Amino acid sequence: MFNYAVKRLAFGLVVVFAVTVVLFGVMQLMPGDPIRLITDPSRVPEWRIQELRREYGLDKPAYVQYLLWMGKLLRGDLGQSIFTGQKVSILIAARLPYTLLLAFTSLLLHYAIAVPLGLFAAIRANSRIDRAIVFVTTALRAVPGFWLGILLMLLFAINLRWFPISGYSGPMSMVLPVATLTLPMLGGTVRLTRSEVLETLREPFVLTAYAKGLPERRVILRHVLRNALIPVTVMFFLSLPWIVGGSVIIENVFAWPGMGRLLWNSITNQDLPVVQGIIVIIAMLTVVSNTIGDIISAMLDPRIRIEMEEVAG
Amino acid sequence: MNLPDTQSPVVRGISDLSGPLLSVRNLTTSFVTSRGKVRAVTDVSFDVDRGEVFALVGESGCGKSTTALSVMRLVPPPGVVDAGEILLDGRDLLALDRDSIAKVRGKQVAMIFQNPLVALTPVYRAGAQIEEAIVLDEIPRAEAWRLAVQVMGDVKISDHEERALSYPHELSGGMRQRVMTGMMISRSPKLLIADEPTTALDVTIQAQILDLLLDLRERNRMALLIITHDLGVVAEIADRVAVMYAGRIVEQAGVVELYEEPLHPYTQLLMRALPRLGKGQGRLETIAGSVPSLVDMPPGCPFHPRCPMAKPICSTQEPTARRLPSGRMVACHLVED
Amino acid sequence: MKRQFSPRLLLRNGQLMAGLIIFMTVLVVAIGADYLAPKAFDEMDIPNKLQPPGESGVMGTDQYGRDLLSRVIYGSRIALRVGLIVVVIESVLGVTLGLVAGYYGGWADRLISFLTDMTWALPPIVLALAIVTALGPSLNNVVIAIALVSWAGYARLIRSKTQSLKNMPFVEAARALGESDTAIMFRYILPNTFSLIIVLATLSLPTAILSTTSLSFLGLGSQPPAPDWGVILNEGISLIFNAPWISIFPGLAIVFTALGFNLLGEGLRDILDPRMKV
Repeated sequence: MFNYAVKRLAFGLVVVFAVTVVLFGVMQLMPGDPIRLITDPSRVPEWRIQELRREYGLDKPAYVQYLLWMGKLLRGDLGQSIFTGQKVSILIAARLPYTLLLAFTSLLLHYAIAVPLGLFAAIRANSRIDRAIVFVTTALRAVPGFWLGILLMLLFAINLRWFPISGYSGPMSMVLPVATLTLPMLGGTVRLTRSEVLETLREPFVLTAYAKGLPERRVILRHVLRNALIPVTVMFFLSLPWIVGGSVIIENVFAWPGMGRLLWNSITNQDLPVVQGIIVIIAMLTVVSNTIGDIISAMLDPRIRIEMEEVAG
Repeated sequence: MNLPDTQSPVVRGISDLSGPLLSVRNLTTSFVTSRGKVRAVTDVSFDVDRGEVFALVGESGCGKSTTALSVMRLVPPPGVVDAGEILLDGRDLLALDRDSIAKVRGKQVAMIFQNPLVALTPVYRAGAQIEEAIVLDEIPRAEAWRLAVQVMGDVKISDHEERALSYPHELSGGMRQRVMTGMMISRSPKLLIADEPTTALDVTIQAQILDLLLDLRERNRMALLIITHDLGVVAEIADRVAVMYAGRIVEQAGVVELYEEPLHPYTQLLMRALPRLGKGQGRLETIAGSVPSLVDMPPGCPFHPRCPMAKPICSTQEPTARRLPSGRMVACHLVED
Repeated sequence: MKRQFSPRLLLRNGQLMAGLIIFMTVLVVAIGADYLAPKAFDEMDIPNKLQPPGESGVMGTDQYGRDLLSRVIYGSRIALRVGLIVVVIESVLGVTLGLVAGYYGGWADRLISFLTDMTWALPPIVLALAIVTALGPSLNNVVIAIALVSWAGYARLIRSKTQSLKNMPFVEAARALGESDTAIMFRYILPNTFSLIIVLATLSLPTAILSTTSLSFLGLGSQPPAPDWGVILNEGISLIFNAPWISIFPGLAIVFTALGFNLLGEGLRDILDPRMKV
């Protein structure tokens, strides 16, 4: 098991490295020159521009730049922002907690609502309320996150004035962004829970459990849910990157001081080091989440453990 | 040998240990489908005595599995028991509430199922699944585990102490069948229902499982209700047999009587369809036609469209089950008393 | 297993009908935009700017006096066109790679699986952002970015379906007849994946539309004055206090269109193979 975990993590790191290579190469294709963006050519002499270029290492060939950057990355140095001159790692560290706060709160809330709802729908399968739940949550998937955010802002912040319009100012300011992140995703989890429970209820081993004389509650808890919720639990970890991705957009709607907003600002300013730094961080986060998801699924389902042991060899 | 006696009083809640162990009376179970209500089991009555091996035989779809599930009250929705009584030691199982029937299952009557490959929960070890049943009798965990391992030995699983820690997917079909059997007999039920216990297994394992069942019946003084379509299995282990067709019992007799002198045309044709070694038979005999759709039953005797000896009355009037002086039971217009 | 496509079957499936109706509506609006829209989408009318819905237009006007209804109508053209192109690219790419990976196995499979894994190293939006950043903000680049991000979903599903199909008797028979690998993949296996592809494509269209409008909203896709729904919403948010209607109607259009395709896709799945997992 440990072997497999290590192998998966190593593989994930290889993927992250590959991503950085591709990323770096692709960024080099960017039209435009970041230095010229922050300097006014009429006031700054050409030699100074070249000097700045050298300072940021932009005069060296691409692969050298990459190796330099990689070297610094491994030491935890993500470089400096071209726009503000601050260290990228400091910039990110200031923003990361806000994004994680939003992401984890949304994730937990989302599961707290979606799983019981899915269970409820499964128990009352094909009834009107079941169909209503499935329809509403499916319809929510058609709602673009950013528009939902705008609507909620319009209604609850501007009209009703229950919550602040934007920015971070304590728990009340979290309500609208979290709601915007949580609602559209409910559909997927509700349906997953519902279908897994329904399928498990049809399994022969559930009949065996009843035939043994187990009381209903024990059958549902220890045989139905214990099996049906495995994929749901694994999805919990796999959803984290998704939510972080979603928050990139939401943070821009609500002016939330997180990584997503920083990313967008940096893209607009062509602040390459920051963009690269954020993407690397997100890539690592994704890889870690996926690896944890794999490990959890093996822990919960012994059948997967065998496959894994074969792979780990 | 006791035959269904619809006049005897039903004593509810108090065990009646003088009569047969299981007494099924006029059981009717149907399924509500989009095409209407389909009767899978119609007016089925039979008894199983203590310690005897009773076989319920018939083709696929004749209602024998549904009958068994009805006894355990495990008929899956949209199925429902419409009528009848199921008396276990005199107690009507159909009249019990949910908690009470759960207490009966596993302890008084248990059931092993057809496909052992999918019948065990994949996430728990074999021994744990047996232990789970034993603890229902309020035996402490440590003792229950010990007993569970012992049960695995009783059902003749090789290396049973190690195997108790195995997961179901690590065990072969035959072993899973034994684990399931062990689970179900671990609390020494009085009646074990076995639904096609050998169908999904190789021939060599089949023989072992049958031996195991007979052995358990001896040791635990357990009655056995075997559901099967295999007349060979019936000949090997049954004491008494009931033949089912289209949801009804068409003939009931002791096994020797049935094989020597089948009375119902369907039983006769079934016997003739059995390949016999060394008799120079040539072509195998089959029964012409096919089982009627339960939604669209012909009037009269359900078998009459395929019966080579059908008379006019067979297509208009459904024959009722009659007890013959010899003690056998048959439902056919053609059989004289 | 083929099911007969009878009109009654269609009618009984409410989802499918609703999806079809919505789809047809959007299609008609997109195609007939020139006739349905009261004004051109970029026709300015400054004296009438920032009018709420009412006399100046069913949906009101924006900061340049442009009629919002017309802009939303023309926006449907962009949405459908973009959605279609994205889906075509990602499906062709994903299906082909999935077939190859599933059929050949070995190093081809490993390579393609590595590529799909790389696609998942980042959440889709972030990856799309990175690509658009590199290529520059334009609708075309957004299309490329979204397609590059999403092909992996197709590849994965087609790969596993191919793996289960390639061992079937009819494929062995084809091989015995001397058919080439390419022929087997495209003439024997591929047709058996059509239901899967159709449902997948129909269900990914709304995702494509949502993603492209999101990126346009961020200013990285269509550029003003294009009547892209995302662009209009971007303009709307800065005017949210003065003209909230600008932020409402384009979003409703997005939801309507996306919902329609979701229903259509679900309905198709129900008639083609209810147990399909996408």
